[in-house]
Amino acid sequence: MIKKIFFQSIFFNFFFLREVFAAESGGMPQLNPEFWVSQIFWLIITFGILYIVLSKFILPKISSNLELRKSQIQENIETAEKQREISEIKLKEYDEIILKSKLEAKNIFKNAREKVIKEINLKKETLDKQIDEEISNAEEEIKTLKRDATDKINKIAIETSSDLLKKLIGTEINNSSISAIVDDLWKKNKDKYYGS
Amino acid sequence: MAANPMTQFEVYRIGPEIKIGTFDISFTNASLFMIVSSFAILFIFNLGSKKNSMIPNKIQLLAELSYSFVAKMISDTAGSKARPYFAFIFSLFMFVLFCNMFGMIPYTFTVTSHIIVTFMLAAFIFIGVTIIGFIKHGFGYLKLFVPSGVPIILLPLIVVIEIISYLSRPISLSVRLFANMMAGHTMMKVFGGFVVSLGIVGGWLPLSFSVALTGLEILVAFLQAYVFAILTCIYLNDALNLHH
Repeated sequence: MIKKIFFQSIFFNFFFLREVFAAESGGMPQLNPEFWVSQIFWLIITFGILYIVLSKFILPKISSNLELRKSQIQENIETAEKQREISEIKLKEYDEIILKSKLEAKNIFKNAREKVIKEINLKKETLDKQIDEEISNAEEEIKTLKRDATDKINKIAIETSSDLLKKLIGTEINNSSISAIVDDLWKKNKDKYYGS
Repeated sequence: MAANPMTQFEVYRIGPEIKIGTFDISFTNASLFMIVSSFAILFIFNLGSKKNSMIPNKIQLLAELSYSFVAKMISDTAGSKARPYFAFIFSLFMFVLFCNMFGMIPYTFTVTSHIIVTFMLAAFIFIGVTIIGFIKHGFGYLKLFVPSGVPIILLPLIVVIEIISYLSRPISLSVRLFANMMAGHTMMKVFGGFVVSLGIVGGWLPLSFSVALTGLEILVAFLQAYVFAILTCIYLNDALNLHH
């Protein structure tokens, strides 16, 4: 079918062309030189006007528009980049501040702890000293008491023995002789009664 | 008129006959569509460049996308040296594209389907590129015809071939665009004629062909404008960066 139409078209074409050949001398209107000069003239005028207006007025505008947009976009990108950098710096600063404050808090805590420990130690020391002093005082007292005790006991022994003798014998005996005996006894039995 | 597929390419006078000397420069339908295309380009791109908003609206986006599309095309093919010719290539691409696209609207005239228009554009490009080449490199530009690494025996033949290929550039450039546009529009007209002649019963197949061809022709309209511009860039590249 398509082939048929194709052949038909060729046939019709020839038919038409023959008609045209019959009607005109040139066949194709394009080869008729009657209006060639007119076409050349109007082509030069229209194309010339088109070229001049486009190149002088319109194309520079489009070009500058494109450039402007390009530079604007570039600028925007640059500012965005700058803002990003600034925000990054801020973030870093913020992190640093947090780190610093954390460290500070740690330091404060540490200092306070040390202070408290020191105070506790100081108090402990003073208390120890006081206790030591009191202990030594008490020991000294005990020592003096110990020392005095023998004399007192000796005295009591002498007095009681002289009283006893007086009641037993009825006569008074010289105290010095009694004390001599008591001394003698005390020296002999010293270890027995008092320890070392 | 509708039966003949070639009548759509006919140029006719609009308004009075204008003559300068012996030359007839009357305003024709071709002139009308050149002006319409140019003004459409100027209108769209003027709207697209008027306001510079950070987030472009649709028309501004269109203008800026076309700008960067052509800029990329030039820098890819001809390098950074072709920067001063950007405006010319941009207007060339847009002019050809809009002329092609306006031709796709029914009952309009396709400016680029005329060999004289495309040939004038191609010849202007050819002469301009040759002048640029001689200004940039002096007579060293002739080295373009002598490729390096060719055996001496083959050299005369190669040089002749290179010169012929160089001289045929404007012809190939213009005929490519003109033939593509003319062939496409003729085909569409033929299929459209079939729809009418086959009627309601058999006309559906050529109609669907016509629809498909319309899509194809829109693609071709863009593609040929692109090819025209990119070939200009390649020729410009030859003139600017002489390396062989």
